[in-house]
Amino acid sequence: MKPAPFVYHKPRTVDEAVTILAEVAPLYGRVLAGGQSLVPSMAFRLARPAHLVDINNVTGFDRLAVDGDALSIGAAVRHTSFHRPVTEGPLGKLLAFVVQHIAHYPIRTRGTFCGSLAHADPASEWCLVAATLDATMKAKNLRNARDIPADSYFEGIMSTVLKEDDILVEARLPILTADTRFGFYEFNRRAGDLALAMALVLYRIKDGAIVEPRIGIGGVETRPRRLREAEAALTGREPNSANFRAAAEAVAEAVDPLEDTQASAAYRRDLLRAVVSRALERASV
Amino acid sequence: MTDKIEIALTVNGRTYAVRTEARRTLADVIREDCGLTGTHTGCEHGVCGACTVIVDGEPVRSCLMFAVQAEGKIIRTVEGLAKGNELHPLQRAFIEHHGLQCGFCTPGFLMLATAALENGLEIDDDKLIDVLSSNLCRCTGYENIIKAVRAAADEMRGQR
Amino acid sequence: MSAAGSGRSDKAKFLGVSVTRLEDPPLVTGKGCFAADVSFPHQLHMRIVRSGLAHARIKSIDVSEARAVPGVFAVWTAADIPDIPPINLREGPNETLAPYLQWLLAKNRVRYVGDPVAAVFAEDSYLAEDAADLVALDMEELSPLLSANESPGEFEPGHTTEPSVMRKGYGDVDAAFRVAHTVVEMELWIGRHSGVPLETRGAIARYDVGRDVLELHGAAKVPHRNREAIARMLGRSINSVHLIEGHVGGGFGVRGELYPEDVLVCLAALRLGRPVKWIEDRREHLMAANHSRQQYHRVRAAVAADGQVLAIDDEFFHDQGAYVRTHGMRVMDNTVGTLPGSYRIPALRTVGHFRLTNKTPAATYRSPGQYEGTFVRERLFDVISAKLGMNPIELRRRNLISPTEMPFKRQLNILGEDVVYDSGDYEGQLDKALAAIGWDELQVELKRRRAAGEAVGAGIAMMVEKTGLGPTDGVRISVDTTGAVEVVTGSASVGQGVETVIAQICAEALGVDYKRIRVVHGRTDRIEYGIGAHASRATVMTGSATHIAATKLRAKAIEMAAELMQAPVDALDIVDGNIVRTDMIAGPSITLGEIAANLVPTSKMLGGREPGLSADGWSHVDHMCYPYGTNLAVVRVDRETGQVIIERYLLAYDIGRAVNPMLIRGQIVGGFAQGLGGALLEEFLYDENGEPLSVTFADYLMPTAREVPQIEVLLLEDAPSPLNPLGVKGAGEAGITGVGAAIAAAIGDAIGMPGAVTRLPITPQRLKAILAQKHECSVPATTSFSEFSKV
Repeated sequence: MKPAPFVYHKPRTVDEAVTILAEVAPLYGRVLAGGQSLVPSMAFRLARPAHLVDINNVTGFDRLAVDGDALSIGAAVRHTSFHRPVTEGPLGKLLAFVVQHIAHYPIRTRGTFCGSLAHADPASEWCLVAATLDATMKAKNLRNARDIPADSYFEGIMSTVLKEDDILVEARLPILTADTRFGFYEFNRRAGDLALAMALVLYRIKDGAIVEPRIGIGGVETRPRRLREAEAALTGREPNSANFRAAAEAVAEAVDPLEDTQASAAYRRDLLRAVVSRALERASV
Repeated sequence: MTDKIEIALTVNGRTYAVRTEARRTLADVIREDCGLTGTHTGCEHGVCGACTVIVDGEPVRSCLMFAVQAEGKIIRTVEGLAKGNELHPLQRAFIEHHGLQCGFCTPGFLMLATAALENGLEIDDDKLIDVLSSNLCRCTGYENIIKAVRAAADEMRGQR
Repeated sequence: MSAAGSGRSDKAKFLGVSVTRLEDPPLVTGKGCFAADVSFPHQLHMRIVRSGLAHARIKSIDVSEARAVPGVFAVWTAADIPDIPPINLREGPNETLAPYLQWLLAKNRVRYVGDPVAAVFAEDSYLAEDAADLVALDMEELSPLLSANESPGEFEPGHTTEPSVMRKGYGDVDAAFRVAHTVVEMELWIGRHSGVPLETRGAIARYDVGRDVLELHGAAKVPHRNREAIARMLGRSINSVHLIEGHVGGGFGVRGELYPEDVLVCLAALRLGRPVKWIEDRREHLMAANHSRQQYHRVRAAVAADGQVLAIDDEFFHDQGAYVRTHGMRVMDNTVGTLPGSYRIPALRTVGHFRLTNKTPAATYRSPGQYEGTFVRERLFDVISAKLGMNPIELRRRNLISPTEMPFKRQLNILGEDVVYDSGDYEGQLDKALAAIGWDELQVELKRRRAAGEAVGAGIAMMVEKTGLGPTDGVRISVDTTGAVEVVTGSASVGQGVETVIAQICAEALGVDYKRIRVVHGRTDRIEYGIGAHASRATVMTGSATHIAATKLRAKAIEMAAELMQAPVDALDIVDGNIVRTDMIAGPSITLGEIAANLVPTSKMLGGREPGLSADGWSHVDHMCYPYGTNLAVVRVDRETGQVIIERYLLAYDIGRAVNPMLIRGQIVGGFAQGLGGALLEEFLYDENGEPLSVTFADYLMPTAREVPQIEVLLLEDAPSPLNPLGVKGAGEAGITGVGAAIAAAIGDAIGMPGAVTRLPITPQRLKAILAQKHECSVPATTSFSEFSKV
């Protein structure tokens, strides 16, 4: 399980990086960030990039900071950066809670937030966060830079709108209001495994009723998404178990679950029901 | 085959001059070029953790890094844990508590635990099991690994 | 004055003491020498090209592109090694199975994904893999046979995929079914899984031209047997082949059997004139190292009105995979031997279909056939008890063999030996286990929690193990003139602590600190005969031989000392390496090293004695010993997800006599974790084309620290074995055998469907399906232990 040969590039600036990538991408050149997903696929020789552009040393890619109303996450920011809340308020807590579910500690020391978004595994927790919070992805290549909203970013399993010569240089998450509640739940066979179903829910309470709910699901379909109809049905309702179960039922009925060797579509649907319900319960605590 | 790259790797405080293809993993270079075979490869796809080393203070799966990425970083392996003949508290604890049988996963667990404890892991049971569930062991059933790390943590905390 | 030979009261004890291991210091400092750590100058790396199809006819293999890569020394196919026979059975030739053996490299046909087709020899391992990718296989795909219980297919003209059917039993089964009050029938499946040690396989061969000796490093488990097999296959004398074991990263039965790759590196070292190193990668391991466990059973029981099981009739199908490997049909044999367990079962009929399929070949994995047989029998008992409306524990009591019936002749011949249970108090152990877990209070608590809506339950599995497979083992102990002791054994280490246990036994019998004892194992060049390490035999067989040799050596030393010290033999003892007088508080003493010096061939004190302070010892058993265990499991089922959480697990186990309790517990807990893996997580799956789906650690799931709960172990020394001088029994497989059965039973209790779990692993998805189905079992929907009166 040794990787096939490749030429190694180590750019120091963004401009260098996009320039090199423009040249090598058509020759099966790929970006190397955390490597926690790419290198295993290279070990199996499923991926055989002829060039690797290592972006771990690009100036500024490790930037993690609040810019006004958004959290800016640079291309090389590691999962471990989120272990302690990076902002006051719910967003920091949310990220700190979710990150503990990503694989294991030694993976998190190298894996990157943006790398997860570029890889777009349907069971990626960060992809679910990006979809549920309506993150903005910033892509840059030699010719241009552009902002991509989450709801048009994910195309399918391991597939996004990023072009082969794009680098995902930054992801921006909205800062959540102080009264935003969140709940996250995922189901997997063992702790740290890819989730067979997961849900991230957010809402605020106003006059005893749920307002502005977000219900995001992942691990169940080819990409993570918000379930707008279920959200609408939950709006204005009381945060109680009966309503949570009803919402979970609505979500379960609305999805087109994946069928694979890990789980059947029917089982994923069942799981999703449990997972959404539990996420909603957690948010209410 | 691709061209070889010359790099300097700093492992356990010593610098090694290495000439290697870019595709060779840090695990393979540590083992074959630096001659430090204590770091083991159990799966080569980043799941079992037998290859865990410490890079710049954090636990890393050395089978998922290329050696060329590790230049300029401070790397520690199991061979660097003991101070001469004096074993590290974790090494002593693994012996005391029978935390190993075949010993193949042991260096990975030792480096994982060393990094976790040095980085201030609170040793409550839940967090400890969380961290130790990062690595696979096929012999011990984990019970004694958990005991050993807990015992060493107590000792190390007492020393601070 | 102390009695003759009883020794001094201040003497250190080593038996029954949890001393720390001699093996540990190099392993915790990263100084171990595992196969991948072995390297020789100018070595070549071997990379195996494997079939990507489950079943195909080989039309041609084009190695020209691979051969042309700079740094590639050679590329072999079957055509390059026509004179080497297939790998034979460990026991010796068997005409029936001979057509189904595996050649080193596939000839004409490939029969499983992973089947070795070619071997590349190159300067380094990365290059070897590059070159392997360039070997072009032109194959005509054939349809794969993937089920062991559908009709057999054709293996080759003249031979079907059912090489043999094993029929064993005793008593009049048909009569039992005629008079039975109740008949219970079940279908049971045990999923394909295996040992999967953390270290993959590895073999490094080196040929010393000057001495004409071929060395194989990376050996394990049965070095002496393998040495013989390799020598015969390569047409060499046995003493010109040596196997050397270094550190071994777990065996579990899987590592150490002779595989094609082992012989290939040896052949290559001979023919290519350079050392040859092969280190398996994980993907290869999961599709090429022995699989195990997969069986399908159609079993019936004839039961009397009072719950006595009158007969068991079991037809089962053993999925052997593509070829017959070194174990032949031994796993099936063991399954049959295990089936009756701790119960009388006056009549038994088994029909075992040995079936080949286009999957990885299978062989022994820790508790081979025993995990399977225990699962089948204990599930059957749970369904019987539910059908009779009887408490599952009461049912067992009514069928357990009693101590007064020991030794109990089973009327079965398994692995060439008549099954005779040597000793055991099964019901006594059951009572101790129930008391230890607090069974009655537990049932009350479970009932309360069920009423509150939780799906919780408890299950039981009783088992009889077999350990101490003989027939014979021998060791040689010698003391040098510094007083250091060396025990040379033919044993093998798979990481279980054999050095420490042997050193403890020697230390106790000889009177020396165990830390002054070196134990040699796994080296055919140090001792001519060895049984290796498997079937939980090292402590029993090698330990007994050690005890015998150490006792002899002690007598020799004392006899010499008596002369040197002018003291009666009766008044001497060896304490911490010193021969001292027991009849004086402070008197003269002499060290073992000095004794050894007086016994060198040139010593003036030698007299008519044999030179050297050394002794051989041989142990011999006609029968294995049969330790026994009781497993109790408490589980909680998450009905919404199908996830199973083990809340408590207790194993009561008869160890005969514990040499090192800490090591025994380690074996049991480790075995439990593997048993849990087989019960809930691990399975080798294939798609409809025979493509293996479980070839990464993300697909083949093994338990982590999170999944393995802390278990309770009750080690009992109630029944020392009468078959060896120490009374010890083996413990290597105790932890794993009953786990599948106990967890399945507990799940059934938790969901109120006692017979529901008929298939391992019981994954969350399968459990959800069971919960969703209508209740098809002929048992009441809510039957649980607490429904019955206390027992």
